[in-house]
Amino acid sequence: MSMRKTILVACGTAVATSTVVAKSIEEILRDRGIDVVTRQCKASEVASMTSGVDLIVTTTPLQGNLGVPVIQTLAFLTGMGKEAVIEQIIQALKV
Amino acid sequence: MNILDFLVPSSVALHYEAGDSKDVITHLGKCLFDAGYVRETFVDAALDRESRLPTGLPLSGDFNAAIPHTEVEHVLKPGLAMATLSAPVTFQNMVSPEEAVPCRLVFVMALDQPKAQIEMLQEIAGILQNPDVIQRLMQAKDFDEVRTTFSSDRS
Repeated sequence: MSMRKTILVACGTAVATSTVVAKSIEEILRDRGIDVVTRQCKASEVASMTSGVDLIVTTTPLQGNLGVPVIQTLAFLTGMGKEAVIEQIIQALKV
Repeated sequence: MNILDFLVPSSVALHYEAGDSKDVITHLGKCLFDAGYVRETFVDAALDRESRLPTGLPLSGDFNAAIPHTEVEHVLKPGLAMATLSAPVTFQNMVSPEEAVPCRLVFVMALDQPKAQIEMLQEIAGILQNPDVIQRLMQAKDFDEVRTTFSSDRS
């Protein structure tokens, strides 16, 4: 039994990139039996969106200390280093 | 879904000789404007966004890609423009903007609603993760060869 974890996915404009990344993360983690929900936002909105969030995954740089672990990656778009990033996400969620 | 469902044939430039990234974005943006997919403001908005939030993506194969786009208000209907470049131009890396990425493949996305047309970017991501498809795409001489390349990509 695992607690449901919440991942905040950020990109530049929250038009497309964060949705693609979020869907990809949800599918991969659910396949591994990890229960996650994702939320999406623009990079500029992240600081106001961290409440209840276990992990932030972003495709653009984020400023400042957000008090939540942050993983910056393009792996869900380009495929490069995807396995390693998934391991990193699982570690960060402590599931 | 296939990327051909989004690609605007008149907005595909093959072996395009671009001076720089602005040149490619401007050219493809104008194609999308001429085809009725975007507003007149699209090109400037795409150039501005690219300078603030770059879209260069280093890939595993021989070629890198960039996926310029804008906020939705500059778009009339969803569509996709694409250029293969005869020589690389520099985009900045999306995740680390201080890093230059020499790109020879550019997709300019016209997206008219947030979180809609996700299939478009999913299809692009599928292609970016497939060096064989990119290799064939870079060699395509006309739109028929582009169509054949994407039609045979059912990964």
